[in-house]
Amino acid sequence: MPWAATPKDRLRDLLILVGTIVFTYVFVGLSPMNGKLAYFSIFFLTYAILTGTYQGVTRGSAAAKDAVVSSIVVVGAVATLIPITSILATVIAKGYKGLSINLFTTDMSLATATDPLSNGGLLHAITGTLTLVAIALIISVPLGILTALYMTEIKGRFMKPIKFLVQAMSGVPSIVAGLFILSAVLYPITKSSSGLMGALALSILMIPTIARTSEEVLLLIPSELREAGVALGGTQWRTVAMIVVPAARSGLITAIILGVARIAGETAPLLLLTGGGDKVNPNPFDGPMGSLPYYIWKSFYAGSEESITRAWAGLLVLIVIILVLFISARSLSSRKVK
Amino acid sequence: MTTIDMISPEGRKVLGTGLETRGVHAWFGKNHVLSDINLNFAAGSVTALIGPSGCGKSTFIRTINRMHEFIPTAAMAGEVFLDGKDVYAPGTDVTKIRLKIGMVFQKPNPFPSMTIGENVLSGLKLAQIKVANKEELMEECLTRAGLWKEVKDRLDAHGGSLSGGQQQRLCIARSLAVSPQVLLMDEPCSALDPGSTLRIEETVRQLSDSMTIVIVTHNMQQAARVSDHTAFFLSDGGPGEMIETAPTSEIFSRPKDKRTEDYVTGRFG
Repeated sequence: MPWAATPKDRLRDLLILVGTIVFTYVFVGLSPMNGKLAYFSIFFLTYAILTGTYQGVTRGSAAAKDAVVSSIVVVGAVATLIPITSILATVIAKGYKGLSINLFTTDMSLATATDPLSNGGLLHAITGTLTLVAIALIISVPLGILTALYMTEIKGRFMKPIKFLVQAMSGVPSIVAGLFILSAVLYPITKSSSGLMGALALSILMIPTIARTSEEVLLLIPSELREAGVALGGTQWRTVAMIVVPAARSGLITAIILGVARIAGETAPLLLLTGGGDKVNPNPFDGPMGSLPYYIWKSFYAGSEESITRAWAGLLVLIVIILVLFISARSLSSRKVK
Repeated sequence: MTTIDMISPEGRKVLGTGLETRGVHAWFGKNHVLSDINLNFAAGSVTALIGPSGCGKSTFIRTINRMHEFIPTAAMAGEVFLDGKDVYAPGTDVTKIRLKIGMVFQKPNPFPSMTIGENVLSGLKLAQIKVANKEELMEECLTRAGLWKEVKDRLDAHGGSLSGGQQQRLCIARSLAVSPQVLLMDEPCSALDPGSTLRIEETVRQLSDSMTIVIVTHNMQQAARVSDHTAFFLSDGGPGEMIETAPTSEIFSRPKDKRTEDYVTGRFG
């Protein structure tokens, strides 16, 4: 390919990079600055100046500006990636020590937080989190998507107030959702903690996220498709169900993923509502139900060396579960309709 | 008007007794865009609507199948008779009207989530009509739309994988599947190359055996090639009006109105 970099170009880029690294070490070493941040900043500053100057000398000022802006964009991308990779690396490094088979086969009903790691596990927390997310999905997906359909397809009289409410609700702090269920459902009606109470609070947080994202996705569907459906003799409902929603499918799945992401790690409402049991509880309607965020919070709180390792292992498991959910939803949404 | 081939055994190819509009006006909000349109469309004829942009041609054909009311601020007055019955009469099921009066849009709009085959049959699914032999109907519609030979080996491919001209013929095939009496075409060739345009014009000529066609076009040659009758629309800043209607040959050779003559000879528009 004529546009591919020649060996000479590559050598030049490498020289600039090596020169930057050498200069950064010498400069930071000789100056009173120190620390990772100093190296990071001086490295990028030097790199931007060096490539900029080189391009400026060989190809003129436009190329120089291009090179400088490119390096600024790269700095931005790297600066965003650093915290993410750092968090992941820390969780993996500290969490893998706590991983063992019994973690996934037993619960904490017969173990205390200070027991050795070979005793007890977080099965109750995994099943609890999956149950809570599943119930919240069952409640929030239909409500969220129907709300979005009301705002984009029916455009009824209440569209403006609903839109405003949905936007306002997407900013509700999770503890407020928890307190609301506590005072509106738990105290007056059920009078006991259960998984369902937690899932209700999570739904309050999830519905606005799904509704807003779905609304934006549905607005992107061209109105020509709606017209074509109606012009073929379809009722509005059948046109929406057969044409608009299928056309928006991958976007709607993204909306659901974002909804799950919003709630999967939520801790505050669960502390108030689920009762945080230590035993696997398959019944979401009765009895305390564990969850990963609760397990992590409780283990950190216990403070012993074993329990803190447990907490890190719990974090790792939570991140992996969310990752698996994301990847499966992604592959589901990108799969071609045959 | 005569009744030709009222109903065939399969319930297809229903020609009816034609279409007539009386005193049709249309508004968008307070903007009066169309004034007093009276037109007769004989069963099995092709009528071309010509005129400069913004004179209300598209709005007019959208009043015929009641797609005009799809726009929130739209209003209309007047009557549209299909087989002697006003499509705006109270109690009329609007979805049934749109089944009888099909529409092809300016921009090809196959349904993106469906395959070519599903697109053809989508009207039946939308209107919940059951047919005995889907494959046969699919082939018939695609053949009539002049697309069968090109797509018969890839009916499972997505509609979006076709070229623009093929997509538009797919949209025509889709309209045919519900056996409309009338087919409204809103500048169906304006986004297509000359080759595809020619194919669609051939399709229109063939379809006119079995249905009444109203075609909006900006292309004078196209009107001359495909239509039996032509109606000239014009707006002088106010609402669009129908200036003249006559057999196509007369409109192009001996127009009665000076403005029609100016337009068809290319002096404006």
